[in-house]
Amino acid sequence: MIQYIIRRVLYAFPLLMGVNILTFVLFFIVNSPDDMARMQLGQKHVTEQAVENWKQQRGYDLPLLWNSKAEGKEKLTQTIFYQKSAGLFLFRFGISDSDRRNIAADIQQRMWPSLAVALPTLIVGLLVNITFALIMVLFRNSYLEHAGVVLCVILMSVSSLFYIIGGQFLIGKLLRLVPISGYEGGFSALKFLILPVLIGVFSAIGANVRWYRTLFLEEVEKDYVRTARAKGLSETRTLFRHVLKNAMLPILTGVVVVLPTLFMGSLIMESFFSIPGLGSYTIDAINSQDFAIVRAMVFLGSVLYVIGLLLTDISYTLVDPRVRLS
Amino acid sequence: MIILWTDALIFLLIAVMLLLGFYLRGKEYIKRPMQQIARSKTGMMSLTVLIFFVVVGLLDSIHFKPPEGHGNEIISALDYWATPLREHSEKTYSAPFAVYLYSKEMMTLPDGTEQWGYPRLQFGGAHLADPETEHLPDILEKAFYGWLQGAGLVVFFMVLLVSLLREPHKRFIVSPTAKAVWAVVFLVVSVNYMLVYLSAYYHVFGTDKVGEDVFYQAIKSIRTGLVIGTLTTLVMLPMALVFGIMAGFFRGWVDDVIQYVYTTLNSIPSVLLIAASILMVQVYMAAHEEKFTSVIVRADMRLLFLCLILGVTSWTGLCRLLRAETLKLREMEYVQAAQAMGVRRRVILLRHILPNVMHIVLISVVLDFSSLVLAEAVLSYINIGVDPTTYSWGNMINGARLEMAREPVVWWSLTASFIFMFALVLAANLFADTVRDAFDPRRGAYE
Repeated sequence: MIQYIIRRVLYAFPLLMGVNILTFVLFFIVNSPDDMARMQLGQKHVTEQAVENWKQQRGYDLPLLWNSKAEGKEKLTQTIFYQKSAGLFLFRFGISDSDRRNIAADIQQRMWPSLAVALPTLIVGLLVNITFALIMVLFRNSYLEHAGVVLCVILMSVSSLFYIIGGQFLIGKLLRLVPISGYEGGFSALKFLILPVLIGVFSAIGANVRWYRTLFLEEVEKDYVRTARAKGLSETRTLFRHVLKNAMLPILTGVVVVLPTLFMGSLIMESFFSIPGLGSYTIDAINSQDFAIVRAMVFLGSVLYVIGLLLTDISYTLVDPRVRLS
Repeated sequence: MIILWTDALIFLLIAVMLLLGFYLRGKEYIKRPMQQIARSKTGMMSLTVLIFFVVVGLLDSIHFKPPEGHGNEIISALDYWATPLREHSEKTYSAPFAVYLYSKEMMTLPDGTEQWGYPRLQFGGAHLADPETEHLPDILEKAFYGWLQGAGLVVFFMVLLVSLLREPHKRFIVSPTAKAVWAVVFLVVSVNYMLVYLSAYYHVFGTDKVGEDVFYQAIKSIRTGLVIGTLTTLVMLPMALVFGIMAGFFRGWVDDVIQYVYTTLNSIPSVLLIAASILMVQVYMAAHEEKFTSVIVRADMRLLFLCLILGVTSWTGLCRLLRAETLKLREMEYVQAAQAMGVRRRVILLRHILPNVMHIVLISVVLDFSSLVLAEAVLSYINIGVDPTTYSWGNMINGARLEMAREPVVWWSLTASFIFMFALVLAANLFADTVRDAFDPRRGAYE
C-alpha cells in the first residue's frame, strides 16, 4: 500500500512539472515581462525607465533561463524560471504584481471562507441530489419520473448566472430574509452563507439528479437486484440496501476528486456574494491583470487536483476490494 | 463582402459537415440512428428550433461594408436587414413597449415653459398622438396584425407544400412527427414575425443603458453563442480524434506521452487556464495594436482565440473516451483478422476503427454544445470571455445585473437574454438526448 502511494506521489511530479513549464511558457515566453509591464503601466507614454523600475521591483529583470553574468550556481538560480516558476514547488508564491502583497499569506487567509461556502454546498447538494434521484428511480416508468426528467432538463438549461441573480433578487431583495451579499468571520458568517449554499445546490440539481438517476438505473437492471427482489425484499429496501450501496462507488470517487479543489472556491459565487475567498481573489487578479497571482493560482489548482486524483485512487482501493494495487 | 476569421471558419465547418453528410449518405450504420432521430418528436422539434437559430447566426455571419457606409464600419446581412432596429436608439433605459423614457429629465414644453418629467421616446411609440388612450389598443392591434401576417405566411407555405407533394411524400405533412414540427414552425415564425413587426413601432424588449434596442442585442448574441458552441468543436475534434485513436491503437510510449499531455492539461482548473490564456491574448493585442485596426476585427480575433482556448481545454475528455474505445476495438476479432491478413495499419485505422468510434464523437459534440453556450455567459461575466464590444448574452447579463438594484427594477435585458439563451440551450439539450439515444449502442439495445 505504502509503496503504491509513493509511486503515485512520484508520478505526480512530472505532471506538476508539466503544468509549471506550461505556465512559464504562457507567462514569460509568449509575452515578455516588458509587455506585461507596459500593460500594467498603461500603453502609451511609458518611459523605458518606468518599465525597468517595474520589472526590478517585482524581480522580472533577470534573464529567462540562463544568467551568464552571474557566478557558479547562480547562473541557474538568478533567473526568472528558478525564481518565479520553480519556487512554486516549495509553495513560494512570491509577491503580487499590482500591490506587492505576499501571495502565500493572502491564500492562507482566504481559503477558509471559500471552504465555508464550498463544503456545505457539496454535502447538501449530495444529499438532495441522491434523494431526488432515488425517488425518481423508485417511481420509475411513471408520470412522476417523466415529469422529473423533463424538469431536470429544464433546470439544466438555465445559466447559473440566472440562478444567482434570481436567488439574490427573490430571497435577498424581495423577501429580505438574508443579506444579499457580504461576509463576516466566526458564527455570524452563517447568515451570509445560507443564500450562496442554497443557490449553489439548486443550480446544480438538474444535471446531477439526471446523472445519479442513470447510475441508479444501470444498477437496478442488474442480476443481484433481481435476486434481492426474488427473495422477497421490498422495493425500497432493495433500493437503499443494495442499489444505493453499489452506486455509491462512482458517486464517491467523483466527490473525492473535487474535495481538495474546494479550497479554490467558486469564481462566480464568491464574486456575486462578495465572499473574501480564493475565487474572488482570482477574479480580482484577473481583472487587475495581476499575473503573479494568476500564476500562483494555476499552480495551486493543479496541485490540489493531483492530490484529488491520488485520494481517488486510494479511496477506490478502500471502498472496492476488487481493485488491487498494481 | 468581407470575411472575418470566424466567418471563414463557420463556412469551413458547414463545408465539412456537407462533405461528411455526402460521404455518410446511405451508409447503413448511420441510416438507422438517423431514422430514429427523424421519428423522435422531441428531437425533430428541438432541431427545428436549432435550425432557426442557425439561420439567424448565418445571416449574421455574412459581413460587408454598407453601401452608404463611412470609415471602417462593417455590418452583417442581419444588420442590414435590421437597420431600423439598429438605428432606433433612445437616450437611455426604457421599458418594453414604453412610450416614455425610464428616467426623468428637464423638458421644454411647446409653450416655452420648462417641466421636470418623463420625456417621450424618440422612436418607441412615436406614432401615437395620445399615448394615454391609444397605447394598449395600438399594441394589441399591431401585435395581432403582425401575428396574423406571420401565421398567414406559414399557412400559405403549408398549403403550397400539400398541393405540390405527391402521395408517397405526404408523410412530410401528416405523420405525427411532421405535425409536431409544423406546430413549432408555426409558433416560432408567427411569434417572431409579430415581434419584428412590432419592433418597427416599439422597443419590444426595451432599451439598455445607452438606449440600444435590447431585442436587437439579443438577436445579435445568437451568432456569438453559436460560434462558441460550434467552432470550439472544430478546434477540439481533430486533436481529440488523432490523439485518442493513436493512444489507444499504438499503445506503448505513444500512449504514455498522450496520456501525460492530457492529464497535465486536465489538472489545471479550466477556468484558470482560460483566464491565463485570455490575459496573454490581451497582452499580445495591446503590444500589437497596429494589427487590429477595426473594433469588429479585434473583437472577432478575441472570439476566435476564446474558441481556440476552449478547444484546448475541452479536448481531453473526448480524447480519453476515444482512447478507451480504441483499446477495446483493437482487440475485436475483425480488427485482429484484418491485422492477420496483413492489411496496412493506416487502412485498419480508417476503415475499422474510425467508423466505429464515430458515435462517441457525435454524441459528445452535441452534448458539449449546450455547456459551451452556458460557459460563454459565465466567462464573459468574469471578463475572460468575449470582447466587451461583442454582442453576447454573457455581456448582456453582465451589464444588466447591477440594474436589479435600481428602483423600479430594470429587468428587460436579463429577461431577453434569459429567453433566448434558455430556448437555445433547452433545444440543444433535448436534441443531444435524442442523438445520444439514437447512437449509443447500449441504449439502442432496449428497443
